[in-house]
Amino acid sequence: MEKFQSREGLVVPLDRANVDTDAIIPKQFLKAIGRTGFGPNLFDEWRYLDHGEPGMDNSKRPLNPDFILNRPRYRGAQVLIARENFGCGSSREHAPWALQDYGFTTIIASSFADIFFNNCFKNGLLAIVLDAKIVDELMKESMTTEGYRLAVDLEQQTITTPGRKEIRFEIDPFRKHCLLNGLDEIGLSLERADSIKAFEAKHRAVQPWLFG
Amino acid sequence: MSAKTLYDKLWESHLVHEDSDGTALIYIDRHLVHEVTSPQAYEGLKLAGRKVWRIDSVVATADHNTPTRDWDKGLEGMRDKIAKLQVETLDKNIKEHGAKAYFPFLDQRQGIVHVIGPELGASLPGMTLVCGDSHTSTHGALGALAFGIGTSEVEHVLATQCLVAKKTKAMQIRVEGELGAGVTAKDVVLAVIGKIGSAGGTGYSIEFAGSAIRSLSMEGRMTVCNMAIEAGARAGMVAVDDKTIEYVRGRPFAPKAEQWEQAVAYWRTLHSDPGARFDQVVELDAASIMPQVTWGTNPQMVAPIDGRVPDPAAEADPTKREWMERALKYMGLAPDTPIAEIAIDKVFIGSCTNSRIEDLRAAAAVARGRQVAKNVKLAMVVPGSGQVKRQAEQEGLDKIFTAAGFEWREPGCSMCLGMNEDQLSPGERCASTSNRNFEGRQGAGGRTHLVSPAMAAAAAVTGHFVDVRTLS
Ligand code: SF4
Repeated sequence: MEKFQSREGLVVPLDRANVDTDAIIPKQFLKAIGRTGFGPNLFDEWRYLDHGEPGMDNSKRPLNPDFILNRPRYRGAQVLIARENFGCGSSREHAPWALQDYGFTTIIASSFADIFFNNCFKNGLLAIVLDAKIVDELMKESMTTEGYRLAVDLEQQTITTPGRKEIRFEIDPFRKHCLLNGLDEIGLSLERADSIKAFEAKHRAVQPWLFG
Repeated sequence: MSAKTLYDKLWESHLVHEDSDGTALIYIDRHLVHEVTSPQAYEGLKLAGRKVWRIDSVVATADHNTPTRDWDKGLEGMRDKIAKLQVETLDKNIKEHGAKAYFPFLDQRQGIVHVIGPELGASLPGMTLVCGDSHTSTHGALGALAFGIGTSEVEHVLATQCLVAKKTKAMQIRVEGELGAGVTAKDVVLAVIGKIGSAGGTGYSIEFAGSAIRSLSMEGRMTVCNMAIEAGARAGMVAVDDKTIEYVRGRPFAPKAEQWEQAVAYWRTLHSDPGARFDQVVELDAASIMPQVTWGTNPQMVAPIDGRVPDPAAEADPTKREWMERALKYMGLAPDTPIAEIAIDKVFIGSCTNSRIEDLRAAAAVARGRQVAKNVKLAMVVPGSGQVKRQAEQEGLDKIFTAAGFEWREPGCSMCLGMNEDQLSPGERCASTSNRNFEGRQGAGGRTHLVSPAMAAAAAVTGHFVDVRTLS
């Protein structure tokens, strides 16, 4: 995993609640066996006017001009703001893969669905939970101000608005550590291989039917 | 020792390590693997030069994108070449990395991963069980800690047999009293989600309890736990009782002989102790639950069959109002429409929520001697597994369905998510026994209404939603 770089980025407001993973990346794109290339199909049904299928040349497809990501002023956005329960639905990690492949580094919402939230961090995508009131403020500011950018400082756990307002966010210390250092969680867990083996031996003695 | 919840017991008995901030390493007993969320995990494993930690924990099948027709043509009959490559990739990965059991596409015991787990005794009480699929919560019905994970975590479990996790809060949902005739587990869980909302369980593991839950069959409990995730919960579970033990007895992978006795003695401890503390308790009165039908694009957008589509104008919260308006536009429904006046185009009876033998029996009881209505273009029944299919055929259910005009298909996820060719066309309205009514879930532009199997069959034979209790 790459280290998370604290930096500033253009913000796109997706003014919706309960954005589900079927909307983030529709099922026809889950048939791929790689982790990359999902960006062009992010929000496929909202983003294009036609029906998308794997293997299409997405650059030739008709864009939905009303969808926020397609507005020229939001091109190249790296920070996505949405309302509560973002990422609800399936466990498909293709959702964070698609967001990241599109170019997002940070997702801000007033709440996230659990599995999606986990999946973000496994891929170096920062998911930030902010109070619904603050999300609302940021959402409105980013709608009214062209070129609205936020500076995200993971080390300090702050977001700074163009008006120099600093907003603090909370993050699990372990997740922060892994993001900042680009750590491989599997490698970290394997450092405890001896504990796992010891647990396993004890577990097998108590519940032998679980083995074999 | 203080009183413990079922969740406490399951969590503590799998704790390998815990940091001072609560970040824990949890041991995983059973890992169910399917074709869609595993290829990148196996690839990652290989790239890092790692091996599967415990091969005998892995049980695999292909279910999500497999076709439900033309099985006689074999793998070559899979017209979708991208999906076929994914199925073949699973074959290759299992061959290379090993598994306790593998039920590939076309195998007699292939089926939806959450149907075959309990059916084979591969899911057992007291286990921690994971799968790269959110509806893994299903297996909690056995008194297990079961939850869905992403692909990175699939790789993590393959490599370490563990997951990094933090303990969730515990919620108890008590459904007390007696369910009315014709009211099923599906109606219970839809009513629960309608009450607490699709994010109401976020950050929690839910234990379903109360006399109405205890009186459900094991399959009914699976339906309830299956949809715990639709309430946002990490896991759903039900305490072990005699029904649990009778259900597991004699299943192919269940413990045998002395181990069986030993296991049962342990399983009998798997319940919340009297006085155990929950972070939240929600109560529902079973008698007040009616057959449910969803009207929107999220499972919490649900109403009783005698209800109406709500009017967004009556909603004070602007974000919610806009959400409802968007949903009604997508669903092509006007506010205040009586639910029973909504006509349908297709019917899907299947999915890990409602494709077990009891579900098919309930649907067949309604379909028996009736005909699929003229306005219904397609009514299909997709059994959850090869075993369910054979059992249904032995009971003659397939004949009842086909005589009524339903299609009888091969097992798999099918139109629950439409990764294969079983899909809705834009604008088509479907009565579905699955678990998600998100935009485009069953096909781009498709409109899904979630219902129980009996209600789906009733909609099929009348052409619109109808209170199944008025049919018989
Ligand atoms: S039946 Fe539907 S919900 Fe269940 S595992 Fe398959 S796709 Fe997922």
